[in-house]
Amino acid sequence: MLPELSRQEILRYSRHLLIPEVGLEGQRKLKASSALIIGTGGLGSPVALYLAAAGVGHIGLVDYDVVEESNLQRQIVHGTGMLGGLKVESARARLLDLNPAIQVEAFNEAFTSANALRIAEPFDVIIDGTDNFPTRYLINDLCVLTGKPDVYGAIYRFEGQASVFYAREGPCYRCLFPEPPPPGLVPTCADAGVLGILPGTIGTIEATEAIKLLLGIGSSLAGRLLLYNALDMSFEYVKLKKNPECKVCGPHPEITGLVDYFEFCGVPGLDHTDSPSGADRNITALQLAKKLKRGEKIRLIDVREPHELTISHIDGAENLPLGILAAHLGELDSAQEIVLFCKSGTRSARALEILISAGFRKVKNLRGGINAWAREVDRSLPLY
Amino acid sequence: MPVVKIPNPLRSYVNGQAEVLVSGVTAGAALEDMLAQYPAFRPHLCKEDGSLRAFVNLFLERSNIRDLQGLDTPLEPNDILNLVPSIAGG
Repeated sequence: MLPELSRQEILRYSRHLLIPEVGLEGQRKLKASSALIIGTGGLGSPVALYLAAAGVGHIGLVDYDVVEESNLQRQIVHGTGMLGGLKVESARARLLDLNPAIQVEAFNEAFTSANALRIAEPFDVIIDGTDNFPTRYLINDLCVLTGKPDVYGAIYRFEGQASVFYAREGPCYRCLFPEPPPPGLVPTCADAGVLGILPGTIGTIEATEAIKLLLGIGSSLAGRLLLYNALDMSFEYVKLKKNPECKVCGPHPEITGLVDYFEFCGVPGLDHTDSPSGADRNITALQLAKKLKRGEKIRLIDVREPHELTISHIDGAENLPLGILAAHLGELDSAQEIVLFCKSGTRSARALEILISAGFRKVKNLRGGINAWAREVDRSLPLY
Repeated sequence: MPVVKIPNPLRSYVNGQAEVLVSGVTAGAALEDMLAQYPAFRPHLCKEDGSLRAFVNLFLERSNIRDLQGLDTPLEPNDILNLVPSIAGG
């Protein structure tokens, strides 16, 4: 039995009621429906705003982060007044301001194998707005095991992907990508940057797919992967098929429960700035500053891209971008102490692995990168 | 000549280019030609047995070569191959 719409709701949703494919019954379906949005960042922002505006009756929001200044270039559900506040509470307040008639449930926790089933259980569709591989595989496996559709979107600089992974009807995420890339090979938005509008485009496509699934109209992206390029302004589709060897949705699945995804993805935990090479290879900004003050001979290698040096730099550091580092190892002396750094410590952790593989032993990674240096040592430098 | 389109996350391995012109009458030969031009790309893209790593797919037009004849998929001179890696940003 679908819920009735109030006179006010009929007025609010009048442009939907005029579309035959939605109409009064469709709007009542949306009121009765629910969507879980995992991540309230770049992708989650437009998804949450449009689903709330469309009148999806029950929206769940999962995030464990707080609103930071560098989020606001793209995470449009948050505002300057919410800086430092919990993302889920910031988003919840904005959604309820947009549409007070809906129910918004905030989960201020990381989405993990321990809580995923509990959180997702009441929701009709699951929307992937995350920024990391472990959570993407977790969402996929959860959706396969519970029979829910996984509305997928992912972004990188100017390029985006979107699909619907619905194992009942077609392939899942693991059919397409059985394993994640090696850590560090595909940088995150925090390291590589992202055009602020890009998650708006991909997130809006995810919201569209979620609304279509909830209404049961149109042809979803199940079985297709949308490839969007903002620089070329091109939309292309490729066909996706079920992988008969898929470990989770294939005929002989090996994965029958949720697993430890951080281990599977080769990353240590939720803190993206941690080095995968272990704490003994890290040096803090304060430790480095003390060593330099004592006059210790340390070669500082900045592995960021050249255009990032105009934002901030450390005097005396040499620039050897990560992409060309391996080809320039001959210019480094393994007998000398070397400290590698980037913006936040992720790329320099990858650089550390390259040097260690090449036999360098006296090499360390500046934990937290030049941003940690700017916070702890040279406060004249901007954070970015 | 066939073209391999390189997505942004993998361009640093091909001198920043968006496309690489390749020779070869199969997808595998085209891939080999690209990797001969950019040898540092090989360990990131391929396993030791020469097959593609599991985080990346090669599409001929709209079809995954895994759903065609794999690396033996025949190519026409004007074919476009699309490398599609997994990305995680959000």
